Amino acid sequence: MSGIGVYISLFLIFGGLVTILVYSIKGRDVDRRIIFAFVFFATATAIYYNIEFKETPTTIVKNVFDRLESLPEGSKVLISFDFDPAMKPEVFPMANAFVRHSLVKKHKLYLMSLWPQGQALMTETIEDVIKVEFPEVVYGEDYVMLGYKAGNEGVLNVIITNFRKMYPSDAHNTNIDSIPLFDDVKSAADMDIIFPIGGGKPGPKEWILFVGDPGQVPMAPGLAAVVAPLIYPYYPRQVIGLLGGVKGAAEYESVLRSKYPRFQDVPAPALSMMGPQTLAHIVILSFIVIGNITFFMKRKKANA
Amino acid sequence: MRKSTMIVTLVVVLLFIASWIFKTMTAPEVDSTFDALTQGFLVTFAAFLTLAIMSFLYQDNPFYKFAEHLYVGVSAAYAMTLGFWSTLVGNLFPRVSETLCGWFQVEFSGQHDWQFLIPPILGILLLMRLSPKGGWISRWALAFIVGTTAGLNLPRFLRSDFIEQISGTFLPLLVDWEGFGHFFSNLSLSASGQFVAILSNFVIVSGVICGLIYFFFSKEHKGAFGSASRYGIWILMITFGASFGYTVMGRISLLVGRLTFLMDDWLGIISG
Repeated sequence: MSGIGVYISLFLIFGGLVTILVYSIKGRDVDRRIIFAFVFFATATAIYYNIEFKETPTTIVKNVFDRLESLPEGSKVLISFDFDPAMKPEVFPMANAFVRHSLVKKHKLYLMSLWPQGQALMTETIEDVIKVEFPEVVYGEDYVMLGYKAGNEGVLNVIITNFRKMYPSDAHNTNIDSIPLFDDVKSAADMDIIFPIGGGKPGPKEWILFVGDPGQVPMAPGLAAVVAPLIYPYYPRQVIGLLGGVKGAAEYESVLRSKYPRFQDVPAPALSMMGPQTLAHIVILSFIVIGNITFFMKRKKANA
Repeated sequence: MRKSTMIVTLVVVLLFIASWIFKTMTAPEVDSTFDALTQGFLVTFAAFLTLAIMSFLYQDNPFYKFAEHLYVGVSAAYAMTLGFWSTLVGNLFPRVSETLCGWFQVEFSGQHDWQFLIPPILGILLLMRLSPKGGWISRWALAFIVGTTAGLNLPRFLRSDFIEQISGTFLPLLVDWEGFGHFFSNLSLSASGQFVAILSNFVIVSGVICGLIYFFFSKEHKGAFGSASRYGIWILMITFGASFGYTVMGRISLLVGRLTFLMDDWLGIISG
């Protein structure tokens, strides 16, 4: 039944696009709201029928996975939640994938945020991923929630030399010196890998400038799609790899699932998003083609 | 108020109440009726706000305005509250006052660091902007912020965005070159292969040089110089195209996120 539904929906969407092409060729204008409606229905159809595609990790994503994979057990991994709910759909899956991968490799997790809303999302990860999927890990020994600090790049400028100056306590106001995870950590330079996740300011760029380069700490940013092209130039000298938008997240989830079968049954939101992404992109590309055909036909008519 | 506006508002209110009742009755795993009511309200309200924001695509309307203002207000209030607890309570009070530490139940650092009183003083100066007569005082704090940010950023940008980026452009055009025989016998389109590495380095080096030539206006863009300039503009256009593609992907991700919420958490109609 769902197969027939998919075909009927696709027929309606693409039939509609052909109708619009004919409509445009006749010289009539297409209201922008019709374009919105098509994108909406294409996306909704893919979500409703759960259309998924297989993802193959690209080198730039595989580098990140391989680096975390190759670190010895107990390595220090810092994840910074530098995003808010508006960015959540595309970067939150990255954060959860990094957390899962780090904990399954028995690394030590340090969670912090340069965005106030990031702390709430960090709590969500702790409640829904860490406590549910890894009940054996202990707070303070295996992971710590440092929470949010105001100060943007100023925070980074301090923690690259001394964590305690900026974080005298964790998010629960527990003195940092009484947390075992900080026994051999003086600064952010002591981390084995850092995953800054976000897409605004402060965000991954500031992490590269203020921590990655001066501290020579391996960085693997998880980026909102809008800023990914701005961070690509830092690869491969200043970042070991990166996850660009939901596509990068989907590739990471895919490689994580294939390496660790225990994650086959946990939600992979980024992978689920690739179906709607593909369908929506096809519709948008179709509109670009329709627009161009109409433009050239109009120009030809005007020149004739 | 126009009649049509009243009818739309009435329909929205009725739908809201119907959804609230439905979500309350179908709320999973709750301990009490109050919890079910709360959960039902939260899901319905979130759905209402999502639809209110999306309604802007049709045209501007009061529901959109309400959702927009609420979002900005809640974000600002949340940031302020968290800033107070994480920065003032977490960083300042333990260094300046044992009494305040007692009130807020945080551990006192053991010694008074009076230099930490400078930031709150600057913060108060910044708030003087609200005063009609003393607004000029806030410029001192603002000057400090601008100066500090510029001072912090200059060496970092110089190193990471200038020196490192220039040295990152000095790439070998022949990667692992051992002669044409070796090159053709190992020819592949693999991302880690020699051919792709050589091609990538060539595109980076030529793209940077020709991109810079495009912005060099002291010489007329014709002949070989003009060809290089045209190649540069192609590289720039492809870069902008890639950025646009990424932007579309980002926006569609947000749409997918909200639609998934509406279809799964609110309506519960997603199959599989």
